[in-house]
Amino acid sequence: MKVVYKLENLCCAKCADSIEKAVAKLDGVISSLIGFMTQKLTIEITNESDLDSLKQAISKIVKKIEPDVKLIKL
Amino acid sequence: MKKNIIRLIIGAVFYILALVINLDNEHVVFTIIKFLIPLIIVGGDVLLRAVKNIFRGKVFDENFLMTIAVIGAFLINEYPEAVAVMLFYQLGELFQKYAVDKSRKSIASLMDIRPDFAMVLENDELIKKDPEDVLEGDIIVISPGERVPLDSVVIEGSSSLDTSALTGESIPRDTFVGADILSGCINLNGKLTARVIKSFSESTVVRILDLVENASTKKSKSENFITKFASVYSPIVVFIAVFLALIPPLFLRLDWSTWIYRALTFLVVSCPCALVVSVPMSFFGGLGGASKNGVLIKGSIYLEELAKTETIVFDKTGTLTRGVFEVIDINPQNDLTGEELIEIAAHVENYSTHPIASSIKRAFRGKIDLTLIGESKEIAGFGMETVYKDEIYFAGKAELMKSLDVLFSEKEDLAGAAVHISKGNQYLGSILIADTNKCDAKDAITGLKRIGIKKTVMLTGDVKKVADKVGSELGIDYTYSNLLPDQKLKMIEDLLNKNTSRGTLAFVGDGINDAPALARADIGIAMGGLGSDAAIEAADVVLMTDEPSKLIKAISVSRKTLNIAKQNIIFALGIKASVLILSAFGLVSMWIAVFADVGVCFLAVLNALRALGSDKA
Repeated sequence: MKVVYKLENLCCAKCADSIEKAVAKLDGVISSLIGFMTQKLTIEITNESDLDSLKQAISKIVKKIEPDVKLIKL
Repeated sequence: MKKNIIRLIIGAVFYILALVINLDNEHVVFTIIKFLIPLIIVGGDVLLRAVKNIFRGKVFDENFLMTIAVIGAFLINEYPEAVAVMLFYQLGELFQKYAVDKSRKSIASLMDIRPDFAMVLENDELIKKDPEDVLEGDIIVISPGERVPLDSVVIEGSSSLDTSALTGESIPRDTFVGADILSGCINLNGKLTARVIKSFSESTVVRILDLVENASTKKSKSENFITKFASVYSPIVVFIAVFLALIPPLFLRLDWSTWIYRALTFLVVSCPCALVVSVPMSFFGGLGGASKNGVLIKGSIYLEELAKTETIVFDKTGTLTRGVFEVIDINPQNDLTGEELIEIAAHVENYSTHPIASSIKRAFRGKIDLTLIGESKEIAGFGMETVYKDEIYFAGKAELMKSLDVLFSEKEDLAGAAVHISKGNQYLGSILIADTNKCDAKDAITGLKRIGIKKTVMLTGDVKKVADKVGSELGIDYTYSNLLPDQKLKMIEDLLNKNTSRGTLAFVGDGINDAPALARADIGIAMGGLGSDAAIEAADVVLMTDEPSKLIKAISVSRKTLNIAKQNIIFALGIKASVLILSAFGLVSMWIAVFADVGVCFLAVLNALRALGSDKA
């Protein structure tokens, strides 16, 4: 299934790229895409049940790469 | 944002004070402290983040590099320089954030076609609902000034619709009972009652928004180049900085502080910001600008390919021609007038369901008088036999006339289908029927030539005579006729194989049966995207209206965008390279380097915004 997050305050394109790559490496994530201009992270995941743990993992990644960015589920 | 501006201003004031206050025999600790105050006010957050990042194991980010540069400058006693660097850096960041924000907003407003609500009629009461909660078959009311929330069909009222958000077309479209109306259009004057025919998620407006929003995720070659470049740029610059700081003093016995200063200058230019932000932004702006003009491009990669188009292959029917048969010539015999012949033919063909019959009926301006028509029957595959004004008339193919022993001269090279009419076996004349060219088809081909398209090709399943006529009327370079769908595909493959230049080949079709050709060509362009799922699905580029002349717009917008992206790459790289070279020779001071760096970024972002406003191409 596909899940879309908004990355609020995302304003560094290079960081967006790093976040995209790091999220793609998470277990249970098939693909991850960030539209820099739309500030949207779209991920495709295998199990819906992983969603909560994945969101935490993604938040961690985002916090590490761009501390100002807030992850909001759409 | 406001907080940051105030902080920068306070920092700047303290910085000026520090520059102005010069005590006699000033103690070095006092000097450090007086510059440390503005530094911390202005760049405290950068320093803090740098420290945090080190603990997180993340070095080489811009915070870290700026911190090193500033600390380095303090160590070699360049205090004013250090503060200036931080001040300009922060100012640049602020500008950049502002510009990115602004362009995001202007693009977002462009795509602001999502309807907020739907007025649903339930038990004679109007209820305001979220469009997502409206079901197929519900009755909705759209007042003047409101946006059509879901694709629906008008059951009461008439009005004009502003379709410009979907098609880029400024002329309003008239709508009436029985007409389909598309979500996203704005109702201009009359109140409309309509029955919903598609759920919100399948409605045109949502499909278009999805397309535009997801478009930027298919990255172009330029964007990929920039991302790759950015990932090696910083480490290389840092490496050279270290080299500059160590090698000349150690091996050439040159002055330490001079070379460390030059190395620090390198560090402040090491962030690839301008490139990484401005290139994707140019493309996004281009996609937005194109969609404003009724051209949907499904990804920046296609925008890039479209800009390089050299050969355009057209499908004929429905793309260059209207795909609707029309009377194009009337040849009455003896003393009959054309009007009279059409009148007779329209009555004779009245009960026929053939498309040719309906085109004749359309050509007849008067009203069909059913009382004049007697028995009428179809001679399958040949034509009609009808009693009209109590006499037997025939209308149909040449073969029908021959079988009736009608005397007539058959013309050979007709570009269309001829319908012959006889009264008994007395020949009355013929009516020539053919598909007609779209009114902007010729302008489209001429315009494409003018903007430098090298080759135009038309493929069609139609007969040679018709195809050649259309081809020469429109000024197409090569026309291939009598092609089956698989042969069309083969032709495209041949053309692709023969194409040795770097230019790309675009195929333009009207969607459904052209899917394989659309997929095979470098760029598949579908026409008439409104209402056709298949077209949107198969193509890389969708022209929202049926006009082939939109191609000119599409190509100009993509070229302009690609140019802007290139300008940004060259401009940013050029400035950075010159600053790096100049600073290696000690010709640039640290704060000028920072100024150049953030200035480039700011200008590149502004330049990228130009891609959005592609009205005049």
